[in-house]
Amino acid sequence: MIEMLGLPFVQRALVAGVLVGFLASYYGVFVVQRHLSFLGTGLSHAAFGGVALGLLLGVEPLWIAVPFTVLVSLGINWVRGQTGLAGDTSVGIFFAISVALGVVFLSFRQQYSADAFAYLFGSILAVSRADLWVTFGVAAATLLSFPLWGRWAYATFDRDLARADRLTVDRDDYLLSLLLAITIVVAVKVVGIVLIAAFLVIPAATARLVSPTFLVMTIVSVAIGILSAVFGLFMSFWIDVPSGATIILLQAIVFFVALLTVRRRVSG
Amino acid sequence: MNTVIEVDDLSVRFNDYRAVCDVSFQVEARDFVTILGPNGAGKSTLLKVLLGLIQPTKGRVSVLGREPEDVPPEMVAYVPQVKTLDRTFPARTIELVYTGLRSKWPIRGKRELYRKAHEALERVGAGHLADRPLSRLSGGELQRVYLARGLVRRPKIILLDEPATGIDASGVVGLYDVLYSCQRQLELTILMVTHDWEVASHHATKVLLLNTHLIAYGKPDVALTDACLRKTFGHVGHAHSMLLGGGRND
Repeated sequence: MIEMLGLPFVQRALVAGVLVGFLASYYGVFVVQRHLSFLGTGLSHAAFGGVALGLLLGVEPLWIAVPFTVLVSLGINWVRGQTGLAGDTSVGIFFAISVALGVVFLSFRQQYSADAFAYLFGSILAVSRADLWVTFGVAAATLLSFPLWGRWAYATFDRDLARADRLTVDRDDYLLSLLLAITIVVAVKVVGIVLIAAFLVIPAATARLVSPTFLVMTIVSVAIGILSAVFGLFMSFWIDVPSGATIILLQAIVFFVALLTVRRRVSG
Repeated sequence: MNTVIEVDDLSVRFNDYRAVCDVSFQVEARDFVTILGPNGAGKSTLLKVLLGLIQPTKGRVSVLGREPEDVPPEMVAYVPQVKTLDRTFPARTIELVYTGLRSKWPIRGKRELYRKAHEALERVGAGHLADRPLSRLSGGELQRVYLARGLVRRPKIILLDEPATGIDASGVVGLYDVLYSCQRQLELTILMVTHDWEVASHHATKVLLLNTHLIAYGKPDVALTDACLRKTFGHVGHAHSMLLGGGRND
């Protein structure tokens, strides 16, 4: 195991796992507490549309998927604000459009689309140096946005109270959506389009079970996200199974342990 | 008298739906105004216009001499309906009161501000709830906490949206006692959306009857007439007999 750490692709996988674990579990607390879990699924499938367009155009899929997913994210917010439709309805519309576009883009390609499947199910060992730099960039932007945590948390608790206190809730929401969309795209390479929503939701949901305050929930969620990425990665090497799926199954085990512990504490 | 709220020919439309239509009234400092009307009458919309959360489609609104969105938040407090609270949000009571001082969720918070938040809780008789999770508060306790949050910055005006909804009878009496006491101490102007006829007839200085249009506005004995109640609610019924029969004239 120790020798493996000397391999560059393993080092990249470990760093990518830690960064994506941190990002997804940090934004996940807002996603879970705003009841927007379906948004993660919607945006990851929007990323599929962007990846497919990138493959069709013959450019690095990430460069197309990022603006594509950001546009979809802004579109979801805009439709919700303009029409008064429920958030999950707006997500559902864009989810379907993005997947349909992705399928159409892939059908225009002449060659077999095996590389598209790597994005569907993730391929953490194939993370490139360029992927890592983009992920570092998103992590740095997230660190810079830490002062906004209190505003986002307040608006998460009650939008009207926050707006009555003159917070620019709509602008803050757009920024949160933007960072979330970029996080999802960079996470696609690590855990895949199909599983990224779980990466967002499970650590935050687990933290919610055991946390008395939103700040503790955020810290616990991030801890679960990072530690599950590290241990899940090593376990996947050890038992030779896909890394993204292993990380998520590990998160699921932690979730059920927390659930049983809390139930026992409440009933006892 | 010192006018603190002026509403002149206010209308609010949401697409084809008329929420508030041609409403005009004035509120003087230290007034206690109850806003009564059936569901969908535009009562909560009116409060949100006064808070600057909803823009009027027509008309002019002035709060403390300014446009509502230009009024500093510490001057006007808002106590929302308890039923809007997300009880899954993990938080301690003191944190919610703290947001009234800093307009953001506290990370560590300043000792001085926590002291003020504790004082506000004590003022409404909820000091013992400071460390309790919000999810474990009863409706009455929660409404007191929201009131403490509203009062923590010592505002000039407080807007309450159906504060008695979801609270048992003893809780309601306790809440109103606290509210009257705070009004006297802090010289507050109160606007309260309510379905509580008892408060409107006995304790309010003015009553505003709203059913999209303004039906009546004035002292309780002027506004709560048979004709106005019928025009507002379509019937007079039990409320009328309680108000004009056994209640106010006692």
